[in-house]
Amino acid sequence: MRDEMKVSLKRRPLTGWPVRAVAVAVGLVVSAGGAGAQQTDITIGMQLEPPNLDPTGGAAQAIDEVTYANVFEGLTRFGPDGSVLPALAESWVIAPDGLSWEFKLREGVTFHDGTPFTAEDVAFSIERAMADDSTNAQKQLFEGINSVNVLDDYAVEIGLDAPKGSLLFNLAWGDAVMVSPASAESNASNPVGTGPFKFSEWVQGDHVELVRNPDYWGEAPKLESVEFRFISDPTAAFAAMMAGDVDAFPVFPAPENLAQFEADPRFSVIVGSTEGETILAINNGREPFSDIRVREAIAHAIDRQEIIDGAMFGYGTPIGTHFAPHNPAYLDLTGMSEHDPEKAKTLLAEAGYPDGFSTTLMLPPPTYARRGGEIVAAQLREVGIDAEIINIEWAQWLEQVFKNRDYDLTIVSHTEPMDIGIYARKDYYFNHDDPVMRTLMAGLDETADETERTKILQAAEEQVSKNYVNGFLFQLAKTGVADARIRGLWENAPTAANDMSAVYWEE
Amino acid sequence: MRALLTGGGIAGVFALAALVSFFWTPYDVEVMDISGKLAGPSPAHWFGTDHFGRDIFSMIMVGGRVSIAVAIVAVGIGIGIGVPLGLTAAAQRGSMLDELIMRGNDLVFAFPALLIAIMITAVFGPSAVNAIIAIGIFNVPVFARLVRGAALSLWTRDFILAARVSGKGKVRISVEHILPNVANLLIVQGTIQFSLGILAEAGLSYVGLGAQPPTPSWGRMLAESQTMIGFAPHLALFPGLAIVLAVLGLNLMGDGLRDLLDPRIRRVRT
Repeated sequence: MRDEMKVSLKRRPLTGWPVRAVAVAVGLVVSAGGAGAQQTDITIGMQLEPPNLDPTGGAAQAIDEVTYANVFEGLTRFGPDGSVLPALAESWVIAPDGLSWEFKLREGVTFHDGTPFTAEDVAFSIERAMADDSTNAQKQLFEGINSVNVLDDYAVEIGLDAPKGSLLFNLAWGDAVMVSPASAESNASNPVGTGPFKFSEWVQGDHVELVRNPDYWGEAPKLESVEFRFISDPTAAFAAMMAGDVDAFPVFPAPENLAQFEADPRFSVIVGSTEGETILAINNGREPFSDIRVREAIAHAIDRQEIIDGAMFGYGTPIGTHFAPHNPAYLDLTGMSEHDPEKAKTLLAEAGYPDGFSTTLMLPPPTYARRGGEIVAAQLREVGIDAEIINIEWAQWLEQVFKNRDYDLTIVSHTEPMDIGIYARKDYYFNHDDPVMRTLMAGLDETADETERTKILQAAEEQVSKNYVNGFLFQLAKTGVADARIRGLWENAPTAANDMSAVYWEE
Repeated sequence: MRALLTGGGIAGVFALAALVSFFWTPYDVEVMDISGKLAGPSPAHWFGTDHFGRDIFSMIMVGGRVSIAVAIVAVGIGIGIGVPLGLTAAAQRGSMLDELIMRGNDLVFAFPALLIAIMITAVFGPSAVNAIIAIGIFNVPVFARLVRGAALSLWTRDFILAARVSGKGKVRISVEHILPNVANLLIVQGTIQFSLGILAEAGLSYVGLGAQPPTPSWGRMLAESQTMIGFAPHLALFPGLAIVLAVLGLNLMGDGLRDLLDPRIRRVRT
């Protein structure tokens, strides 16, 4: 009965009525007949509420978790396994010199406000994201693009300064989705895209609701409506799942509760991989961390398995460099920084700190940081490093640590896919300058050949690992829990997304 | 008398445990044993172990030390500032100074104490020291009012009149004659405020604004146990019991002390 009640009680835009009336009628008939009605709505739980709903205008993951592949689409997109698939671009051709790509667009696509999607929108979207005054959080995705030429309504040519092997991958990001000039400015509060779901309402502090887009170009989604409900407190999240108020929590905030869900036949626990390299970030520009021996000592002081067991209740994969273990180009370099407190002490003594030193460890709110941080602090204490724990909120972390680089140590998960390039950025918050990495990353950008790319990536992984830039802890697991009757949820998180287009309720 | 003994007994046990924790605890509370986490109560770990494998009994001992220290200093601030203010206001009854002190007190009193304590720790950063200051500030008007009220009635008594006739100044009278006569009240109120201080400290550390890790605190232990209450209830049970018992003990003690020391009640009884 739940879906009928919801459908009939909520106010909707007029256009939705015919569809809805049919759904209500069908729902009533079926449930009156005694058979279980196919449920067509779903409530998804999320821990963090997005600050706005424009994926091209904010770094917050929560924006993509609501809108990616649901409301907005790009020329290409990530599939559930992380592969890059065609989306609004049907096909593409690379010029022999690699300096221009011609994209053939899908015809008959319209934005939710009715305006057709054409090559003009592609040019607008990319130029807007690249503009000097752009608020795009991942402007580096568009680096090297020097022109976007409209060939005709459904063909567009992207010109490059140099061959760019990562172009299709970059265009699949949530930050590179297609927007319409007519609605771009108001996407933050009223997102208008081309996706299978349309924005319906946002009650701040509570939920965002999306409804099916009847004019979707692709396969119509099975769900009628999707509600994203924001529950920040893990205890409340647990209660909401248990009470059935929330149907699925794709990233459940308290890993310790998963065993309880597993034991309950009403739920299925979905454990997958994410792109989140969880690291103990070290301010390389600050004494004593500018000394590689001190950083190596920290690396050897850390016992990864203990952190995974203690903070994440066993969910997570140890990493020895800044790279996702499920990626084919991954090298297992955990041996470079084995847990060896004696070696750590020796290294500290060599670096001139035989009695250790005092420092600070800033911890943002997520469990992996707060709980992991307590364990890291205890492990550092064992080799003589006294790290004072300072718990901070995200806003302060972004301002003080990420932007102003005013910190000693911090723990954070880097959830962007394929982000080892940050080690080539001198201005990044690690304060680490590595010309070798810059050369490697420049080479990577110019290479389209897969084996060649893998070679470069592996060289980069080794470079980062042997420089002990940060303490590499573990790859964050995607620990989801859902009603056992739900099908089609993503198991892994190749990007921040809750793609609802293929989700349905099994009878 | 029974309330006093029971309350005093309970409070004494906590005080003793806190004192002993300076020299000895069964386990080091800063050393984790992840492989032995979430173990239930056993002879090796009387109260079990927490999610990091730390001994909960030891954490309660050290946590009690933090709670008691915070409460003692907070009550100390309240008495140290509140009592002189109250004595001054009573001595200067009806003057501008009296008005100023008492309206200032009303101002502080008007705010919900815990809310302002949260604000203070949010602005100046979470730490045990800031928690002490925040809780201490709210003890000031409590003591100032109490002392002023009691002192006002004393000022009209004959023995004070005698002291004035003999040429003693207001300050001297306040210190030599008024203060000893309000001491009983201060002890009773101090005990009650002490228990409120422990509760406030637990509340602040519950929301993460009290003593910071790795220092254990009852409130934070309770907060961290929340998601695990379904499968490891001992994590919540023991710090919860510690808070309840400590507050109960101190309140009983306060009640008992009042029965014993309050002249009005004593007169009715005899």
